[in-house]
Amino acid sequence: MKLSICWLYGSSMNIYGDRGNVLALAQRCRWRGIEAEIVQHGLGDSLEPRVHDIYFWGGGQDREQINVSADVQGAKGETLKAEIEDGAPLLSVCGGYQLLGHYYRPADGADLPGIGLFDATTTAGNERFIGNIVIESSEFGELVGFENHSGLTHLGPTSEPLGKVRVGRGNNGVDGTEGCRYRNAIGCYMHGALLPKNPLLSDFLICAALRRRYGIDVLPVLDDSLETTAHASAVGRALARR
Amino acid sequence: MDVRLAAGVTAGKLSGRAIRLLGRGGGTAAPGLIANLIEPNILNKLTGKVRGGRIVVAGTNGKTTTSRMLANILEQADLRVIHNRSGSNLVRGISAAFAAQSSWSGEPRGDIAVIESDEAAFPDVVQRVNPRVILLLNLFRDQLDRYGELDTIASRWRASFERLRPDQTLLVNGDDPALTAITEDIAARRFLFGIETSRYLLPELPHAVDSALCRRCGAPLRYPQLFLSHLGEYVCDSCGFRRPPLDFAASEVELHGLDSVSLQLAHDESAFDLSLAIPGLYNAYNAIAAASAALAVGVGPALIAETLGEFRSAFGRIERVSYRGRQVVIVLVKNPVGFDEVLRMLAAASLSEPALIVINDLDADGRDVSWLWDVNVEQLADGSAPIYTSGIRGADMAVRLKYAGIATERIQPLGALANSFEKFVDAIPEGGSGYILPTYTAMLELRRMLARRGAVTDFWEQ
Repeated sequence: MKLSICWLYGSSMNIYGDRGNVLALAQRCRWRGIEAEIVQHGLGDSLEPRVHDIYFWGGGQDREQINVSADVQGAKGETLKAEIEDGAPLLSVCGGYQLLGHYYRPADGADLPGIGLFDATTTAGNERFIGNIVIESSEFGELVGFENHSGLTHLGPTSEPLGKVRVGRGNNGVDGTEGCRYRNAIGCYMHGALLPKNPLLSDFLICAALRRRYGIDVLPVLDDSLETTAHASAVGRALARR
Repeated sequence: MDVRLAAGVTAGKLSGRAIRLLGRGGGTAAPGLIANLIEPNILNKLTGKVRGGRIVVAGTNGKTTTSRMLANILEQADLRVIHNRSGSNLVRGISAAFAAQSSWSGEPRGDIAVIESDEAAFPDVVQRVNPRVILLLNLFRDQLDRYGELDTIASRWRASFERLRPDQTLLVNGDDPALTAITEDIAARRFLFGIETSRYLLPELPHAVDSALCRRCGAPLRYPQLFLSHLGEYVCDSCGFRRPPLDFAASEVELHGLDSVSLQLAHDESAFDLSLAIPGLYNAYNAIAAASAALAVGVGPALIAETLGEFRSAFGRIERVSYRGRQVVIVLVKNPVGFDEVLRMLAAASLSEPALIVINDLDADGRDVSWLWDVNVEQLADGSAPIYTSGIRGADMAVRLKYAGIATERIQPLGALANSFEKFVDAIPEGGSGYILPTYTAMLELRRMLARRGAVTDFWEQ
């Protein structure tokens, strides 16, 4: 068995240890005897349907985000949306999350259009939200990460948040929501890297990919004691530094 | 006499002494804060009186080491040097160093100043101290929660360079495309230093490099030669931006494991050899930078080579300590590039001794530990020695090791440093050696523990 992990714009958008998310997906496949291939998808590359099994899209600096916003318009964005409709799993963090919404509105300059996978819009804010973040998700339980963003994301009426903020600021610092969920796609502001310390979330993405590609619904259990300890220590730290 | 200045200096001096007398640490920054409350222009005024001018050293990595190298060379040249030697490098820390090295009436006791500056504080420091020379080492991804994105720092630096005058000199690492791009077309004179070698090349850009794109046109840079992170010989095939010719070029670089480095530095059609007693390509860069700055202010090659040959590492950067019949080598790790280079040295020495990695997440370490995922920890996967983890975020490091493909039997999580240090020493065979890789505040804690055990001296006494 083999899964292809597509790292969207990894060479231009890879900040705050986002690589850890891709590593977590690949390693947790390999430890279960599933071959994992990491494919870098860059500016100008074409995206074909049903080639990749899991999509990851991380954050970037503003300058890089402008090029990426232009690149993802048109056929590529449509293919990505069709993949998600077809059940493909996706994780996006920060900049990638923002460009999966309708648009990102910078403090000055024109809006950066997104692809509207998530019914969400983001506007540059005056304050930077920096710190540990803990959320409660009805699907995944307690999730922990580190947020560092000034964009304020507001979810539209058809969007579900990923979870409720327990410690930290989340989507916009006001409504207590963090992230967005649609089919098997997840968007959020949680770095850390997110997946290694939240193994349930990694396994959700892998499981969705196996179901779509091979019709398999069960994952062999792994020894997650190091991950669980790191999760607990990060949550403890978030509570202590609140 | 400038009464306000004298009062500021006096307050700075007295509070520094009081803090040390009370045993509250080195008193390297708070006195400057107090002095600045009394005389907000204390730094401008004191530095303005230093006749031989100010040399400001900035960059993500190597500024403490490079500043120390440069200060040592200038002292060997019989100059009295004012220097924020402790590495306290915000305006308050620099002010404290100047207050401590001035007379009570506010006359600085020095012929020339070497000022290490924090990246975020750099524009303010430059504006206050009116430097004769600015030495720029590199710009790497560092504590993003504190400094923001690299582009933000680069833009702020660029704005500050636009205010420089033709009588000021910029000495720039020409191997760093971000630095050469932001120092183009300015009034100040610019000279470049860098490396020419084909021996120690990286096969590809490491993960998480921020300057992989041309700052002029946004196209990816191509590297015919890549030495360290994004430092190397680069060219943009799209717009023609490329590494300019070097004014100070190092060649014949030879790395000798964890022990030493040698190289030849060419300038103005002459060249001289440098042999360093500290290891790593990053220290070669530090030495080239310090030597270039010393040459630029008129010191001769012989004195430079002699001083750098005797240079020992700056506080905590790399330190060998004998303890309980073992040798403990402590190497500071504070950001992905620095950590990568330390691991590169350890891997090249095919490390078979135990190592302890201590990760804290206090403000000075960076509160966000995601940077661990940008470190190429995979370099350690081939070894067999145990790797212990400790510190406030030691558990995150243990997970990082696991996902790097290091066998779980080798990963040994220990708890807080206070309880794990002796356990780690126990794991080193008597007569053998072990490596400790701490983040900044973990290094301070480790040194305090070692000082209490009589194994090292306190840093402000160095």
